[in-house]
Amino acid sequence: MRVLTGTRSLVRLALRRERIRLPLWLGALVLVMLAVASSYDELYPTVEQRRQFALGIATNPGLVALLGRPYDLVSTGGFTAWRIGAPIAVLLGLMNLQLVARHTRGEEETGRAELVRAARVGRYAPLAAALVVAALADLIFAVLVLLTLVVLGMNATGAVALGLALGLSGLVFGALAALTAQVAETSRAASGLAGTGLGLAYAVRATGDARDGNLSWLSPIGWAQQTRPFADERWWVLLLPLGMSLGLATLAVALARRRDLGAGMRTARPGRARATATLAGPLGLAWRLHRGAQLGWTFGFLSFGAMFGGIARDVGSLLDDNPQLAGIVSRLGGSIDVADAFVASVFSLLALAASGYVIQATLRIRGEETGLRAEHVLGRSVGRWRWGLSHLFFAAIGAALILAAAGGAMGLVYGVQVDDVSSELPRLLGAALVYVPAAWVLGGLAMALVGVAPDAVAVSWAVLGVYLLFLVVGEFLSLPAWLLDLSPFTHTPRVPVVEASIAPLAALGTIALALTVTGLVGLRRRDIG
Amino acid sequence: MQTVIDVEGLAKSFGRTRALDGLDLTVQPGEVHGFLGPNGAGKTTTLRILLGLLRADGGMVRLLGGDPWGDAVDLHGRIAYVPGDVMLWPMLTGGEIIDLLGRLRGGLNEARRTELIERFDLDPTMEARAYSKGNRQKIALIAALAADVELYVLDEPTAGLDPLMGEVFRQYVEEIRQDGRTILLASHILAEVEVLCDRVSIVRSGRVVEVGSLDDLRHLTRTLVTAHTSRPVAGLEALPGVHNLVVNGSRLHCEVEAAGFDELLRRLIDAGVQSLDSRPPTLEELFLRHYDTVMPGSPRVAP
Repeated sequence: MRVLTGTRSLVRLALRRERIRLPLWLGALVLVMLAVASSYDELYPTVEQRRQFALGIATNPGLVALLGRPYDLVSTGGFTAWRIGAPIAVLLGLMNLQLVARHTRGEEETGRAELVRAARVGRYAPLAAALVVAALADLIFAVLVLLTLVVLGMNATGAVALGLALGLSGLVFGALAALTAQVAETSRAASGLAGTGLGLAYAVRATGDARDGNLSWLSPIGWAQQTRPFADERWWVLLLPLGMSLGLATLAVALARRRDLGAGMRTARPGRARATATLAGPLGLAWRLHRGAQLGWTFGFLSFGAMFGGIARDVGSLLDDNPQLAGIVSRLGGSIDVADAFVASVFSLLALAASGYVIQATLRIRGEETGLRAEHVLGRSVGRWRWGLSHLFFAAIGAALILAAAGGAMGLVYGVQVDDVSSELPRLLGAALVYVPAAWVLGGLAMALVGVAPDAVAVSWAVLGVYLLFLVVGEFLSLPAWLLDLSPFTHTPRVPVVEASIAPLAALGTIALALTVTGLVGLRRRDIG
Repeated sequence: MQTVIDVEGLAKSFGRTRALDGLDLTVQPGEVHGFLGPNGAGKTTTLRILLGLLRADGGMVRLLGGDPWGDAVDLHGRIAYVPGDVMLWPMLTGGEIIDLLGRLRGGLNEARRTELIERFDLDPTMEARAYSKGNRQKIALIAALAADVELYVLDEPTAGLDPLMGEVFRQYVEEIRQDGRTILLASHILAEVEVLCDRVSIVRSGRVVEVGSLDDLRHLTRTLVTAHTSRPVAGLEALPGVHNLVVNGSRLHCEVEAAGFDELLRRLIDAGVQSLDSRPPTLEELFLRHYDTVMPGSPRVAP
């Protein structure tokens, strides 16, 4: 296997480079699982309480769409698998796809792959090494899940099934990134494409679970749930993610065979010999740099919004079609519109993703600097504020644009189905746009770091991760109110369940502005490079 | 005319590393000034301070009569800069980047742009990701040389260029010199500096250790002398200014300072000169003298 010579050394190199990031990811995911699993016994100690709880879930199709179908809520293991299965599958998928994209296309992009491949290293060794590291990370995750749940006194068989089901679904997205890394020319684009696949997998599963469940079989996240850990495990389902990972990896190798190192699938064509009138200054340059990501995110949010608009309709109609369930819901005090609650939850998730976009776009400033491209701009007649603002402009309007895309698409699809586009479209558009100031706060934080602590810009991702935990499993962490208050999402009104109010949004906007100005002042005062 | 670059006692540290330690540099209008030193001597740091990208920790810096940190944007309209490491935006074409860089400074000379692209034999329609190191360098050079400015700040401008393109570059430098404009050229390629520069500042460990025209610098240093005489010459080792004397019968080889040259020749003539070869030191040898930290005063490598 000459084409794989050197894989072992490259695995060791990758593990060394990941020695901080990977343990942080795995540690956070396992801690989340621990928090959820250990709190169920306290929240619902008796079987009778758990039956009541299960009934509440069954009558909340919105929750089923967001998290999947529960198969056994009487056992703590079954509850854990249901409650955090889908969120962890998504996060693990994100970890896997970024990891693989970074160690394949990312290495080619920086030119380091050339250095490595010039040594006694086989053609496919870097690709193989990236996948091996991803698989190792997934395996370690599965082992940690097993240990955690067994220590908490859960059934070992179920714990093995849950760990493997989640780990293998994560690996699918690592293998997907191996494939997209052959097509895309940058690590960012490879992650973006694979991330779109991840979002699609989640949306397809949600659509399936909101209906008869058949569609969920098309999603690797659905497979993780169909393994049914702690509920009479179906082991054969694990073959699906395993087979898909192998298939995607094989396809990636087949594509890698057809291309040159550093090249994508696109054949290079001559471009413009002269710049157009729009490429005339920092803003024109920033547009060219942000354009691709901006379009990709807009398209992703548009599709996601449209799919969830369809689900919102299913969620709402489930109770209409089933008067018995509707009766139970109203007896439980559920006077809230289920569809509205679902919509609000979807937008709160999308808002976190949109914040990810804002952070990414803002950190371009730092990327241009460390990539030594900033000095071409700053070495000419462009001031630091003008340069920083050119990027911040696209980060800020980008957030509004992609949230509007999701809200508009959802409002349109939902509106058509309930025959009321004229009122649903503006209502859901508003419900999406209400998160713009919160996303800006994270952009402001990223900018403040760029200006004041440029070596610590990664902290903005960590903060986003913490806010995500607050949202997804906050209720299990018994966090003090002051801590939750540190999140801008805590202060954003959950439209359309509650009325939008201007005061908190204005306050968040002011905070975002203050952080941004702090960053710009810092940027003007510090050394570049 | 005012001094173009006036730097005194410049200091800059990065953490515990002292990159510049009291550096002085003066560049007069119309001169091509070589800024010479090995890797890590502080050349790029100095240029980045002159560009206002870094803030000096101490010392005085004036650039075209202004403050490079505070007046950066205005000053940059009068400067063209080629960075030492040319990294470009991978998805833009070479032509787009040249135009963009021109517009960011306030326009470039269209006729010169066309001529430079032709002379440097650049395909402007290629995406920057596909350009080689040399081609990236050409783009930065074209963008700088197509600008009508008072001062050109060039950080190792010929790195990655083939000799043919290096020659094209030298022709443009000559043109700029004839126009009476100023160039600060940082380099470690001695031959290039020797050919192009009117004056040279040699920098080492964050300080300028030698400055002057090449003639000045040579004057301060030793001439290499090889001679064949009819009779052996004795007692040369005692002559002031003679170093590294090697006598092999009637053949001798030594280095001599300017002050001792006269007396050395007199002695050689007395001994009957059969052949004589004397040669001023190359910049290479000047350079080695300043970087010879291991054994100061050790024999130069004869070419």
